[in-house]
Amino acid sequence: MLKFDHVSKMYKGGKKAVNNLSLEFKKGEFIVFIGPSGCGKTTTMKMINRLIEPSEGSIYINGENILEKDPVQLRREIGYVIQQIGLFPHMTIQENISLVPKLLKWPEEKRRTRARELLELVDMTPEYLERFPHELSGGQQQRIGVLRALAADQSLILMDEPFGALDPITRDSLQEEFKKLQQKLGKTIVFVTHDMDEALKLADQIVILRDGQLVQVGTPDEILRNPANDFVEEFIGKERLVQARPNIQTVGQVMNPNPVTVTEDKTLSEAIQIMKHHRVDALLVIDEKQVLKGYIDVEIIDQTRKKATHVGDVLVRELLTVDKDTLVRDTIRKILKKGMKYVPVIDQKQRLVGIVTRASLVDIVYDSIWGEEESIQ
Amino acid sequence: MDRIIEFFTNYGGEMLFKTWEHLYISLIAALLGIIVAVPLGVALTRFPKSAGFVMGILGIIQTFPSFAILAFFIPILGVGKVPAIIALFFYSVLPILRNTYTGVNGVKRSLLEAGRGMGMTGWERIRYVEVPLAIPIIMAGIRLSTVYLIGWATLAAYIGAGGLGDYIFSGLNLYQAEFIVAGAVPVTILALLVDLLLGRIEEKVTPKGIRKMKEAV
Repeated sequence: MLKFDHVSKMYKGGKKAVNNLSLEFKKGEFIVFIGPSGCGKTTTMKMINRLIEPSEGSIYINGENILEKDPVQLRREIGYVIQQIGLFPHMTIQENISLVPKLLKWPEEKRRTRARELLELVDMTPEYLERFPHELSGGQQQRIGVLRALAADQSLILMDEPFGALDPITRDSLQEEFKKLQQKLGKTIVFVTHDMDEALKLADQIVILRDGQLVQVGTPDEILRNPANDFVEEFIGKERLVQARPNIQTVGQVMNPNPVTVTEDKTLSEAIQIMKHHRVDALLVIDEKQVLKGYIDVEIIDQTRKKATHVGDVLVRELLTVDKDTLVRDTIRKILKKGMKYVPVIDQKQRLVGIVTRASLVDIVYDSIWGEEESIQ
Repeated sequence: MDRIIEFFTNYGGEMLFKTWEHLYISLIAALLGIIVAVPLGVALTRFPKSAGFVMGILGIIQTFPSFAILAFFIPILGVGKVPAIIALFFYSVLPILRNTYTGVNGVKRSLLEAGRGMGMTGWERIRYVEVPLAIPIIMAGIRLSTVYLIGWATLAAYIGAGGLGDYIFSGLNLYQAEFIVAGAVPVTILALLVDLLLGRIEEKVTPKGIRKMKEAV
């Protein structure tokens, strides 16, 4: 859908605002450009509708090189929302919304219907159509700003810190509303912000820029999990990384990879020996291929010691397991809710790969509270 | 009292004619001023570097004594209405030009960027955004310069353009106070009426959105 091919922007005096950027995005993605001020994020965005002309490289929309198109035509096909909202104070809401359709010479009747239709999307009544921008609240104004970008059914929309000027509460609700709207309409969005929370909340793809250079591209999860370098880490903020850790870590990352095990063919006395040696009260039973069969614990051995001789005769086959790729947050809930002491971790082939115990949970909690201080020391 | 009645019986019809003459000399000059200054003002906003230069030149012209300007046109255009209208036109340009330039320049950059980003051509931005938003300021310039022109048009009588100035000059030459009054009072009334009328027009052409905004503030 949208492709940057070795795009650079040089200003007079040789300063490179954007340096050799190559990116590609799919239709319907919510793309957020983020970085400190002066990193080139706005420049990059404005090159898409040619408010700024690239010095080198080319940009493609649906395979079409935009540098070969008429800029005015191009801009009418791309929605544009700015931070200062930019509604025209001398036009009614209806006129503001249907400005691009007017430029495209849609008939009056069609423009009116379209404006009405759009207003419904944001739960505003048609009576607003005849009002003027200054009669609306800031949040309502930016809703209209967004609708204006949707009016001619543009499939790509550029947004330059659109919620930056709003108060935090309005911003929050508008972000949510807009994300839903975007998913419903399947628009591709290029969104510029310097607010990491906003990026994490809205983005499908986050593009981190610094001094005109691409630093990292990825989904919010990928970036939180694997920040490319110290800059990204710092930019995301340590606080967020710590907060994010328990949520995005998988069980595989926090488990103890060396659970104490026993095979079915061992005798019960051998099992007791192993428990004693490792100072545990339960053993996971596996076969020679590491496939988990069940467990035995000291109580079971005590009760059945007279009747049975081998582990295979007494093991309990029903037990709760987790896959190593599940998220820690889901597992924590499971363990805490059922009051289990431990949960075996398996891979797709049912092989035992580790164990999560209450002790591992303590480690996670410890890390998220004191982990940072420890790493500073 | 008798003298006033006598004056009106003798000169009433002529006075109406002179008032009309006066009005149309000033209005044509103002109209020409609008036709030239508004587009020029908009154009100057596109070339901010030359704007200062052009305004400077016009500012200097403005400081020339009006008599001098009128006299200056006699060798070129002779006497009569045409040179008077042209001289007055020069005076009307600067206030309108300056207000147009200031008004259009004062349109918020964010609005222009929004317009450009939405795919407006340069002309569409002028037509739909810049001029409508600058209208109150442009109109203020037009009002100001038209009222001035009505005043200055009295001097046009000196180069044979006619108008109410004829009475004033005759009065001064003949030491007849009633002629001076007969010239000065209608000029004042004319200026007030035109100002009032232009005020109405200003209100009409100001887009409803901005008008309401002003009331809200």
